[in-house]
Amino acid sequence: MRRIITMTVNNRPGVLNRITGLFTKRHYNIESITVGHTEVEGISRMTFVVNVEDERTAEQIIKQLNKQIDVLKVNDITNQAIVARELALVKVSVTPALRQEIYTLIEPFRASIVDVSKDSLVIQVTGESEKVEALIELLRPYGIKEVARTGTTAFTRGSQKTAAMHKTAFII
Amino acid sequence: MSRMKVEEKALEKTKMSGALMLIEALKSEKVEVIFGYPGGAVLPLYDKLYQSGVFHVLTRHEQGAIHAAEGYARISGKPGVVIATSGPGATNIVTGLTDAMMDSLPLVVFTGQVATSVIGSDAFQEADVLGITMPITKYNYQVRDISELPKIIKEAFHIATTGRPGPVLIDIPKNITTAEGEFDYKQGVHLPGYQPTTQPNHLQIRRLVEAVSQSKKPVILAGAGVLHANASNELREYAEQQNIPVVHTLLGLGGFPADHPLFLGMAGMHGTYTANMALYECDLLINIGARFDDRVTGNLKYFAPKATVAHIDIDPAEIGKNVPTKIPIVSDAKAALQELIHQQGKPADTTAWLAQLNEWKRRFPLYYEDDAQTIKPQKLIEMIYELTNGDAIITTDVGQHQMWAAQYYKFNKPHRWVTSGGLGTMGFGLPAAIGAQLADRNATVVSIVGDGGFQMTFQELAVIQELQLPIKVVIVNNQALGMVRQWQELFYEKRYSHSLIPNQPDFVKLAEAYNMPGFRAKTEAEAMEVLKKAFAINGPVLLDFHVKADENVYPMVAPGKGIHEMVGVRPCGELSQ
Repeated sequence: MRRIITMTVNNRPGVLNRITGLFTKRHYNIESITVGHTEVEGISRMTFVVNVEDERTAEQIIKQLNKQIDVLKVNDITNQAIVARELALVKVSVTPALRQEIYTLIEPFRASIVDVSKDSLVIQVTGESEKVEALIELLRPYGIKEVARTGTTAFTRGSQKTAAMHKTAFII
Repeated sequence: MSRMKVEEKALEKTKMSGALMLIEALKSEKVEVIFGYPGGAVLPLYDKLYQSGVFHVLTRHEQGAIHAAEGYARISGKPGVVIATSGPGATNIVTGLTDAMMDSLPLVVFTGQVATSVIGSDAFQEADVLGITMPITKYNYQVRDISELPKIIKEAFHIATTGRPGPVLIDIPKNITTAEGEFDYKQGVHLPGYQPTTQPNHLQIRRLVEAVSQSKKPVILAGAGVLHANASNELREYAEQQNIPVVHTLLGLGGFPADHPLFLGMAGMHGTYTANMALYECDLLINIGARFDDRVTGNLKYFAPKATVAHIDIDPAEIGKNVPTKIPIVSDAKAALQELIHQQGKPADTTAWLAQLNEWKRRFPLYYEDDAQTIKPQKLIEMIYELTNGDAIITTDVGQHQMWAAQYYKFNKPHRWVTSGGLGTMGFGLPAAIGAQLADRNATVVSIVGDGGFQMTFQELAVIQELQLPIKVVIVNNQALGMVRQWQELFYEKRYSHSLIPNQPDFVKLAEAYNMPGFRAKTEAEAMEVLKKAFAINGPVLLDFHVKADENVYPMVAPGKGIHEMVGVRPCGELSQ
């Protein structure tokens, strides 16, 4: 079961280590992590994509994260209306003769070419993981040289009430 | 004097070195004793300690220092304070940190670190202490700037002692201890991400009161959380008010009087038959401050299979972690029990249930065959119980002697039992006794250890002798790593792979080497005689008891089995009509 968990944390040295260490220690399987600053100075936001067996494991992960002193707020946003994005850079072997074909191919994905050389192209794509995945699969026959992906970052859409789980009022 | 000069003067008053700040902070926290060991990276600190008036105990190994601090914390309820140097000093406390983390003991540990300018260069005596101790502390810090030091120390004491207690480590680079900064220790602690819930939710309390009133077979499983919250009186009042029987975890012993009619004994792998059957048969299980450790639950499939589970714990992450919970109550044990007593719901009708339990208690008590020709370890514990009127502080290592002490010393009072539960640390008992004795100078402290574990930390005899702490060190000598031997006998076809130690040193001579009296006993009569002698001496004594070597701890739940499937249970007496 794929879960998307977001949290805000103190931007202190070692915090990421603390969180990933917790995942390792308790044998939770992480698919991706993204971290970046928030609108508030000194506070960062993390987005986790994790694979868990059942509800109980998900609940335990959230409780363990909440227990961390540097963690301010944890949300499991899997079942909410969310905006989730990933960015990928894909370097493809393309001879000049095939460039036009690639342009046509990536257009429906609203991807863009960010670097061109005589035998390769770098394509930038953003979107949900599935979309990124689909484009990579389409490009694969041309010969992918390198892929760099960021992992998912996400938050809930503005037009819904978030069932936020605040640490201070945490009751199962 | 110009205004500027006055301001400068005021500033000068509060400026001091990091080392001095640390001493001042410890004084402000009313720290009575520090356990530590000096080294290069903490020399500036030890220099300031020299004439500070702060009582420092030099143990002979850092592991001894941290276990002593654990013993101190367990008995006094105050945080144990430890200082170790960088690198090897710091890595020597790793076992104790993990032990304190598993058993929720409040510690504040200071480690030296190489100077900030060389951190990361693999400098002499450098170790990544922050990285090493991250998963085994409640929280840890590395001080990067002198201006942060007072705030960090204040936060560390707060974190260690509030919510679910635990060890907090502060790693201090050497140049921070010599740098000068402003010392302000009056500021409050501001940790938005750390707000432990200590008061119970009323709706959940209501649900528990309802569940009790409908229950026919309730049982309370009480853990160390009761002791941490000083809630023994409340536990007793609640159990009596509702007529609910109580079982204890290993670490919870003493939270409920062992001689109380509602007490069923310790639960778990070496618990009593009655306690385990109560957990198996109950229809309502009220867990107060225990974390459903696997040594208590046995195979989870057969743990309290018929029960509605209620769990009171200050750590929300413990609720539902191992056992699905119907009634979760995040709270300090004392606050929750007070609320439960106050609500005074309709008590459960437990008459039939208690009759059944009493029948089990009578028919299946803890049992061993006495033998005057040797010393039965169970008998030895009973003799110690008798001679100390059940009032001694008992510290132990881990293994057979620990289980016999838990089974046969009846703890009627809280804060008399110091043992390594979660981590199961050999070598814990002797140094823990030092801390326990310093926490309660008037108490009789008996450190019951095995011949194996004793040899892991026996160098701390030097501290006992030096401070003339009247600790009675009792070696239960079966010339083996007893529990390992027992498991090999039962589960590995008696293939005693590296568990037998027939060539032990002469422990009596060892006592003499440390300038303390030592006695040996090989029969029951001799045992009584040397015990009497030892308790008459107002000073440290070492006792070497050669016990029956092949004695096993029973009853027992074999690994992987349900707690109702105990072996070594013998019926005694007739079934009543």
